[in-house]
Amino acid sequence: MADISTQDMLPIGDWVNKIIHFMLDHNAGAFDAIGNTIDWFATMVEFLLLGIPPLVMGAIFACVGFWRLGWKFALFVCAALGLIWATGFWGQTIATLALTLSATCVSLLLGVPVGIWCARNKLVGMLVRPVLDFMQTMPAFVYLIPAAMFFGLGRVPGILATVVFAVPPAVRLTSLGIRMVNKEQVEAGHAFGCTSWQLLFKVQLPIALPSIMAGVNQTIMMALSMVIIASMVGAGGLGNDVLASIQRLDVGLGFESGLAVVLLAIILDRITESFGHTPTTRAAEQGS
Amino acid sequence: MQSAKIVVKNLYKVFGGKSSDVMRMLKSGAHKDEIFKQTGSVVGVNDVSFSVQEGEIFVLMGLSGSGKSTLIRLINRLMDPTDGQIILDGQDITKFNYKQLVELRRRDMSMVFQSFALMPHRSVLDNAAFGLEIAGVDRKTREARGMEVLEQVGLAPFAHKYPHELSGGMQQRVGLVRALAVNPSLMLMDEAFSALDPLKRSEMQDILLKLQREQRRTIFFVSHDLEEALRIGTRIAIMEGGRLVQVGTPQEIIENPADDYVRNFFKSVDTSRYLQAKDLIEVNHAPHAGRPGLHVPPSCSLPDVLQQLLGQTEPLQVRDDQGQCLGLITPSSVLSKISQHRLQSTATH
Repeated sequence: MADISTQDMLPIGDWVNKIIHFMLDHNAGAFDAIGNTIDWFATMVEFLLLGIPPLVMGAIFACVGFWRLGWKFALFVCAALGLIWATGFWGQTIATLALTLSATCVSLLLGVPVGIWCARNKLVGMLVRPVLDFMQTMPAFVYLIPAAMFFGLGRVPGILATVVFAVPPAVRLTSLGIRMVNKEQVEAGHAFGCTSWQLLFKVQLPIALPSIMAGVNQTIMMALSMVIIASMVGAGGLGNDVLASIQRLDVGLGFESGLAVVLLAIILDRITESFGHTPTTRAAEQGS
Repeated sequence: MQSAKIVVKNLYKVFGGKSSDVMRMLKSGAHKDEIFKQTGSVVGVNDVSFSVQEGEIFVLMGLSGSGKSTLIRLINRLMDPTDGQIILDGQDITKFNYKQLVELRRRDMSMVFQSFALMPHRSVLDNAAFGLEIAGVDRKTREARGMEVLEQVGLAPFAHKYPHELSGGMQQRVGLVRALAVNPSLMLMDEAFSALDPLKRSEMQDILLKLQREQRRTIFFVSHDLEEALRIGTRIAIMEGGRLVQVGTPQEIIENPADDYVRNFFKSVDTSRYLQAKDLIEVNHAPHAGRPGLHVPPSCSLPDVLQQLLGQTEPLQVRDDQGQCLGLITPSSVLSKISQHRLQSTATH
């Protein structure tokens, strides 16, 4: 009895292995091209961010915090970044930020158009939904394996595994936002002679913006959490320290690096969240 | 002789199912309930024909579910009719392709919505200029035009506010401005004032009537409020279960309601308020030609007739445009007509 249940009656794992190997053997050129492009982009982002002196970077964050959320948050930003700098994690934090932003850019570039497509085409929406469920619930570590096989170790597989994990909220919330646009507002667009594109860019997307911004926020948060895990394939940044602390059972190092992640997360979360609540979009939420 | 702006011929709209089967059943005389039972298809508009004259306010009345919202959406083809013709300025727009349709909506027609349907991310001025922007008019021209129309409805000081900063009545004025800004020859208004409180509603009706006096357009107005229909309508069409039951001027419908459905609309309405001088003529008096004395036009309202009549011993003359005397109004003829209407409306309660 017990033997039967452990036997590979349905060898899905083997099939997946075969598919991955087939893809590796036959599409190496394509993977190289994708890998090189993403590597170039991520390197650029990191180079730019690391090029900014800590004080200037802190000032930029504090200013954005003050603009979006007021002086109390600006003060928090200063304290948080000061703490990160003082514990000696500045470089890693910026590397993590660069990874997160790169992965977020790629996720949005893919996710928003797919979300629009899902909202406009019922069939596409129906097909994409289970795929998104799969992507979100599959344990995140699992993506690291094929990513590393396709792209080797380093930043690129880390970013791509992160994109797989972070793209669903962008798709979902874009699609939701567009579908939630009031029926009469869409009719108004048509009634005044909008073409499909005009309807999308002048009616649907602007009205869906709060929802899309919530998607951006979620994507950033998912990306940040995944970027840490992606250190297992050598993505770098704060994840390296977290990983080292686990390997050495160093609670102190784990706490310090973990704290840097938390502080970065809070700053990114509050700032991006605030973009979903501009005075003009609040009206849409109230349904006027 | 006025010319027809819209001529609708044998228009049908069927929702769901195979429309060719449903059309065959309808044309062989099947009832819509029967069709729903057999096929699951809903007949929204069922063999409707009418015409709207150039420059009139044509009010389409009916209870919810009667198909009036569907009918108005067929006219600018937000919905595609299943069968029949809609002839606008001599062209059958049911045959238009997508490109012609976009062009038509930009050039000839606009729409006002029950929920206002303003764009929350646009300022009042940008909302007002929305139609022109879609049509590709440059910023300077469209904003000037937007301001011009905002001024006509007294909203110019609010041009740079956002819709959520305005009251409901003001928001719908923006909706009206948006529709007027494109200078359409046909304006569709779907329950445009129904979401407003009674005071604001009559204020909006006044604005509409004032604008209509200054710049005659053809207006197709959907409403479920008879008082509104009687107040603004040049002609009224009454719809029930996807069919048109009656089309006529307010007076015609008050005087001769086609059936109980139409009569039911008047239950809570004091129809005597809508009587005009020509309805009050004493039937037993032959009109005397060329006699001097006080006279009123045939469309003179009841309050005005009463004012003229007060303190007079002589009967009041009703004269048409050519000065022809159509008949005489006496206190007793007015009283009998009013009491007749009052009794009618209390009898139906």
